[in-house]
Amino acid sequence: MEQLRRFLDSVLSSIRDLLPIVLVVTFFQAVVIQQPLPEFGRILAGGLMVVLGLAFFLRGLEQGLFPIGESIAYAFARKANLPWLLVFAFALGFGTTIAEPALTAVAAEAAQIAADGGVILNQQASLERYALGLRITVALSVGIAILVGVYRIVRGWPIQYFIIGGYIGVVIMTAFAPPEIIGIAYDSGGVTTSTVTVPLVTALGVGLAQSIRGRNPMIDGFGLIAFASLTPIIFVMAYGMII
Amino acid sequence: MDILQDFFRTGLSTITDVLPIAAIVFGFQLLVLRQPVPRLKSVLIGFVYVLIGLTLFLVGLQEALFPIGRTMARQLTDPAFLSAATGKLPELRHWQDYYWIYLFAAAIGFSTTIAEPALIAVAIKAQQVSAGAIRVWGLRIAVAIGVAAGITLGAFRIVTGTPLHYYIIAGYIIVIFQTLYAPRMIIALAYDSGGVTTSTVTVPLVAALGLGLASTIPGRSPLLDGFGLIAFASLFPIMSVMGYAQLSEWWSRRAARKEHSGEQ
Repeated sequence: MEQLRRFLDSVLSSIRDLLPIVLVVTFFQAVVIQQPLPEFGRILAGGLMVVLGLAFFLRGLEQGLFPIGESIAYAFARKANLPWLLVFAFALGFGTTIAEPALTAVAAEAAQIAADGGVILNQQASLERYALGLRITVALSVGIAILVGVYRIVRGWPIQYFIIGGYIGVVIMTAFAPPEIIGIAYDSGGVTTSTVTVPLVTALGVGLAQSIRGRNPMIDGFGLIAFASLTPIIFVMAYGMII
Repeated sequence: MDILQDFFRTGLSTITDVLPIAAIVFGFQLLVLRQPVPRLKSVLIGFVYVLIGLTLFLVGLQEALFPIGRTMARQLTDPAFLSAATGKLPELRHWQDYYWIYLFAAAIGFSTTIAEPALIAVAIKAQQVSAGAIRVWGLRIAVAIGVAAGITLGAFRIVTGTPLHYYIIAGYIIVIFQTLYAPRMIIALAYDSGGVTTSTVTVPLVAALGLGLASTIPGRSPLLDGFGLIAFASLFPIMSVMGYAQLSEWWSRRAARKEHSGEQ
């Protein structure tokens, strides 16, 4: 009974989360485009799935992703095993990014642009090689980002120096990178952090900051995602310059 | 039959997304830390919920939201619609004639950000950690306003054809200045909120808008100008979240001062 009530609560809050989209779509369809929605039944069924899916995801968040992220942070802090913690951080960043479907799509697009620009041959094999190289580059950059970010939490260094340093890196790279790669590079920062990675990495950072003495979870615990969205910009532009 | 196939394919891609994460996390827990996972059964059920939830969510989006969103982005950037709405030939249009597109960009940016599951997760965590000083809805609305502003400006950039990196560098400078004056506890969270806004819901719709716009406006190339909206959507929330914290600090300081002078 209790389980069911909690699930109904999540369904209700999911409906509230999706209400703005429904309003926006209805307004533009009715007022601006002035055409009836095609396939209304299919859209209704899809909307129901989105609501249910969000409700399930939020339950899974509280029950699976948050607790495991915290428990692994506490365990590492208790064992005080820094080298393994850093290996874990790198593996988490690299492993979650290399399989990311959004990144695969962007890499394929980037390969096409490079081929159109005459940077690589417009052939299946060289396109695939370019896309795979780009994916590995981005995954490496996210692995390094989480590693450095975790080390920052352990040491308690202020985050703004890293971010401002990263910004300077982006600006310098922009001056030298080929123009075709710049848009893709800037966008790639946004696609690396998936819906599964974000809660896990956030719980890890906050859990570490909570269990290390002298760290404040608000000041030190957040920031891993920021690192993971900044380094790919620099690495992708470097990739565009080297190839 | 189509939808079953969709389910199968999306489920499979969600599993390839979750499996490496689960393998790394449980592998380290068992082999390196050599500790049993506390409440293992409940955590595993949680992972299954995440799998089911994400699959349903993604299939639902592909069935309902993405087709409408893409169709709308296409219709709004369609030359015929633009001629009817503006009453002018493409060559004679000014940037302000595209107001429906800016309104759509802002509305779709705001509403998809409110529905973004990764942002909900970070907001829940921030409310827990800050002991309620940061509210889930306060943060989500601040981020959504940032995304709305960013995508609108990004659409304006595509219409006017100005280079992307000028905007990004100007944005960086604003962020650096805000960092100097914002309350310390918001800074890391603000930086993070730039990265979480653009995952599942926002990216496909915004990308469709950018590519549609770049292929309709004379003189723009979808390859060179169609990208960059996501970069805007990840930069502007940093400003809006720091701005939200600065405003609420300013308000509470002003309220305290008022109270203080009232006592005298």
